[in-house]
Amino acid sequence: MAILETQELTYTYSVGTPFEKTAVDHVSLKIEEGEMVGVMGHTGSGKSTLIQHFNGLLRPTSGKVLLDGKDIWEEKEKIRDVRFKVGLVFQYPEYQIFEETVYKDIAFGPKNMGLDDAEIKRRVYETAHDIGLSEELLERSPFELSGGQKRRVAIAGVMAMEPRVLILDEPTAGLDPAGRDKILSHIKSYHERTKNTILIVSHSMEDIAAFADKILVMSKAKLFCYDETVKVFARADEIAQIGLDVPQITKVFGELRRRGLDFGKEVYTVGYARDLLLKQLKERGASRC
Amino acid sequence: MLRDITIGQYFPGDSIIHRLDPRFKIVITLLYIIMLFSGSSYICLAVGAVFTFGAILLSHIPLKMFFKSVKPLIIFLVITAFLNLFLMSTGDVLWEWKFLKITDKGLETSIFMVVRIVLLVMGSSLLTYTTSPITLTDAIERLLSPLKKIKFPVHELAMMMSIALRFIPTLIEETDKIMSAQKARGAEIDTGSFTKRAKNLISILVPLFISAFRRADELATAMECRCYHGGEGRTRLRQLKSAPRDYIALAVTIFFLALVIVLDRIF
Repeated sequence: MAILETQELTYTYSVGTPFEKTAVDHVSLKIEEGEMVGVMGHTGSGKSTLIQHFNGLLRPTSGKVLLDGKDIWEEKEKIRDVRFKVGLVFQYPEYQIFEETVYKDIAFGPKNMGLDDAEIKRRVYETAHDIGLSEELLERSPFELSGGQKRRVAIAGVMAMEPRVLILDEPTAGLDPAGRDKILSHIKSYHERTKNTILIVSHSMEDIAAFADKILVMSKAKLFCYDETVKVFARADEIAQIGLDVPQITKVFGELRRRGLDFGKEVYTVGYARDLLLKQLKERGASRC
Repeated sequence: MLRDITIGQYFPGDSIIHRLDPRFKIVITLLYIIMLFSGSSYICLAVGAVFTFGAILLSHIPLKMFFKSVKPLIIFLVITAFLNLFLMSTGDVLWEWKFLKITDKGLETSIFMVVRIVLLVMGSSLLTYTTSPITLTDAIERLLSPLKKIKFPVHELAMMMSIALRFIPTLIEETDKIMSAQKARGAEIDTGSFTKRAKNLISILVPLFISAFRRADELATAMECRCYHGGEGRTRLRQLKSAPRDYIALAVTIFFLALVIVLDRIF
């Protein structure tokens, strides 16, 4: 059974005013447990609105959101429990930090869950380790940290609730390449360790190609497609039409094919391209000898 | 929840009301308020209502928005109505219970007061609905400019106002975002006990203040980068120019005001 499912999900902002706008339009999709999903879409395509439905921050205008096959709005009082099961990290999450120490800020979520101190401590230390924050940072004020470190504190704050689904809205926006790689690799190892479902919204096709099993593409409030990474990037022309892009390396290999050098495979990551090229060179080298 | 706030909200448009010179609009609004308060009979109020609804019709803004602007004042209106209803002791008694009594005069006054306040709010909302905050402060600056002679910092005041107005929606949006982020971490903000909610307010206020200070700092830097040095010798992108229609609108308003005053004398 799918862990998260939406049925004809529709959301309209400011109903009944001149600013009325449908941000999510009849979206139906199923996300399986343990998947790593990349969410793509133009600015204003409705992806941020969509993900805020997954943990019940927004209530659908019509349609349903199912968690483990159960409508999350069936029991309105229990919507908080949904938020512990589906953790959402907003864009620029460092702006939500408010506690005096890093430890306290990460502990805010688990504390709200009503866990005991020992369990909170275990979770804070574990997630701090997962996200690459050293233990001596835990007693520092979060406001003294660097931008990348603050970002990781905020992500840890949600991870510490050990949600079964972790959603991150552009976790690398505004960071330098080193900070970006660090966060992505930590998220990846977290995924490998916990096998939890992860959704990452990103504008970087390179990032998505590097980690996502599946890609969800939103365009003009509608679900454009939701499929395996390979299949989505194979539709490069359509993707380009809705104003998005495939990874640069894919473009390079597409161009190579157009000029008569076909590798017979789709290429999405630089690492894979390197292996493919090396293999090809080896074979050619061997045939020449 | 926070999105429902409509005070100071501007609805872009191109109606005759939108195009009026904001300086005239402010003066007209002031005259309008005098108009509502200088009549004390129903007929005067009716004239005021005709004026209000005529202007609303001309603005092409849905009537619904004006009722929405009255919504936050409902409690205030109810209190006004009750006070007038029960405290007025002159006139014929319609209903009596212990120390409470309702007279026909009291009933009349309470209806009159409520209608007057509703008209007042709707009419003044028209000003902010049809005038962008920036042009509004421009107009205020121009209208107050005579005060510069007595060393009153008119420009600084107008700049403070426009910055404040400019950042209201930004701060509302920011608050909304921070609230959502803390709710995602299980903070109880619109549910739960009062003490819990009050405690959780800290998790919203601290980030909000930090971001407000950060924004203020950035704004100050940006202004300095563009060599802002106060109002002295500063020219404007939008020059306020009055057109014949502004004088016509003013004349119509003065006519209505005169009508109310005359009618008030007669009845």
